[in-house]
Amino acid sequence: MTDSNLVRPEELDGMSHLVSERALRGETMLLNMGPQHPSTHGVLRLLLELDGEIVVNCIPDIGFLHTGIEKTMESKIYNKALVCTDRMDYLNPLGNNLVYSLAVEKLVGLDVPPRAQVLRVLLAELTRIGSHLLWLGTSALDLAAMSVFLYGMREREIILDIFEMISGQRMMTSYIRPGGVWRDVPAEFEAAVRNFLEVMPRRLDEYESLLTHNALFLERTVDIGKICTEECIRWGITGPAIRATGLPYDLRKARPYSGYETYDFDIPTAEGCDVYGRYLVRVQEIRESLKIVRQALDKLPYGPVQSSNRKFVPPPRSEIGVSMESLIHHFKLWTEGYHAPAEGVYVAIESPRGELGFYVEGNGGPKPQRVFYRGPSFANLQIMPILTRKHFVADVVGIIGSIDIVLGDTDR
Amino acid sequence: MEVAMDDQLQSAATAMHERFGAEIHRYADDTSLIAAHDRNVELLTALRDEFRFEMLVAVTAVDYWPQVTPRFHVLYILYSMQHNSTLLVRIPLDGNMPHLRTVEGVYPSANWYEREVYDMFGVTFVGHSDLRRILMPKDWQGHPLRKDYPLGYEEVSFTFNYDEIDLRKPLAKE
Repeated sequence: MTDSNLVRPEELDGMSHLVSERALRGETMLLNMGPQHPSTHGVLRLLLELDGEIVVNCIPDIGFLHTGIEKTMESKIYNKALVCTDRMDYLNPLGNNLVYSLAVEKLVGLDVPPRAQVLRVLLAELTRIGSHLLWLGTSALDLAAMSVFLYGMREREIILDIFEMISGQRMMTSYIRPGGVWRDVPAEFEAAVRNFLEVMPRRLDEYESLLTHNALFLERTVDIGKICTEECIRWGITGPAIRATGLPYDLRKARPYSGYETYDFDIPTAEGCDVYGRYLVRVQEIRESLKIVRQALDKLPYGPVQSSNRKFVPPPRSEIGVSMESLIHHFKLWTEGYHAPAEGVYVAIESPRGELGFYVEGNGGPKPQRVFYRGPSFANLQIMPILTRKHFVADVVGIIGSIDIVLGDTDR
Repeated sequence: MEVAMDDQLQSAATAMHERFGAEIHRYADDTSLIAAHDRNVELLTALRDEFRFEMLVAVTAVDYWPQVTPRFHVLYILYSMQHNSTLLVRIPLDGNMPHLRTVEGVYPSANWYEREVYDMFGVTFVGHSDLRRILMPKDWQGHPLRKDYPLGYEEVSFTFNYDEIDLRKPLAKE
């Protein structure tokens, strides 16, 4: 630690009402953690007020990754704005594509064919597994378990390869689009996913054997960063954090979308309300997601992957050469775009981090009046002061890891 | 696309209409209430305590510039875990010095969301405990999500106007 990480009370910059009196008198220490700190999972600054090693106050400071994505989306036609969604929560690109597509479909009343529905669920679950694997690796790394990180990244690579196979991109997929998905999956897709389903359960047992009963890991996670169900509801916390308090609240069950009601899966919960509980929930969620992926793959129906409503979905290339109407539709859709009514819709899905919502409002024209992205990390990060209070500085690292924040999700 | 409203949502909306004169609007399967700005805290308190909308999912705003009255709609997204229903509450605001009472006392999670609306739209929340900018730097001028805030395109330069555009670029030149 260098002196430059220390903050003098006079340097608080309008935040002096957030620290205690003792900090202003210089009795407690004010310390900057971030914005460039390996354990903050991105560019997050935490201003810590410390009494020795005990955290008195923790003030999150976000916005370092703000790129005005909502403003950008409002300046684009609906089809083109989709590309921006990949760049928000960059660990959940297909989930973001999905929720934006669902919102636009709800706004304009667009149908989605069955094959696309199943593909969407399958890919959203693969994204969830990928996101949880990265979370598992990095949060274990923060608690000094190096090998889990390497294993987690190894398995995540298989998922990213599948994404590359279907969309040509490892992360910025833009594959799920209003009206369906971009194009059908290639022939080798099924074998690749089956291979992953074969490999993954064994590997998951391996991770669990490294962590779940590891005394050092338990020491750092049990009874750390506790929050009860009522507090979670008051603060708008969703996802694994609320399920770790024993409440089986999952939007895939509560408000099913894309046909989640037809899959057989459980909502894992834990009782601890702590970092360890959130760990158990996420690891179990990977197993449940594997179940969903297997079911989706087994029942993947044949058929079109895009709506045939040509007013919203561009026609296939083969049609353009032979049909004048198709050519006109294609041209109109990619220049002017389609017009959506002057109404607002809110759609939410269960992202790996919690409730991921999109509020899309049209204005009768081809561009949205307002696009609002409700990221789960934004709400989850807000309770950092409550979670970290009276814990050691070293535990702050574990707590940030346990709420699984993605700064692209909070700052947008 | 008219979908039947469930009973609890229906009774909540009707009660808010009678008590606060809130207008009920339905689209797809979303229900929204459009209410006056002077009693937003009472309305949300009633929704939380009597109709179990105990979670404030988000607060955001919509800008209808160049329309001035109302220019903004502040939008609360509420969720009732017990009844599994979502309700949107919209509060129209004037474009001239838009302000609204904070609902931080009703829903603590409003803290950051109201800061975001303040930062992005310049709507002041009266009584907020910590009304600072949240996403933009603290010395930023203007409110980026307002419709009259420029997008900041790069001008397209051609051979005939290259020098003219180059002069306006705030880059370090040798």
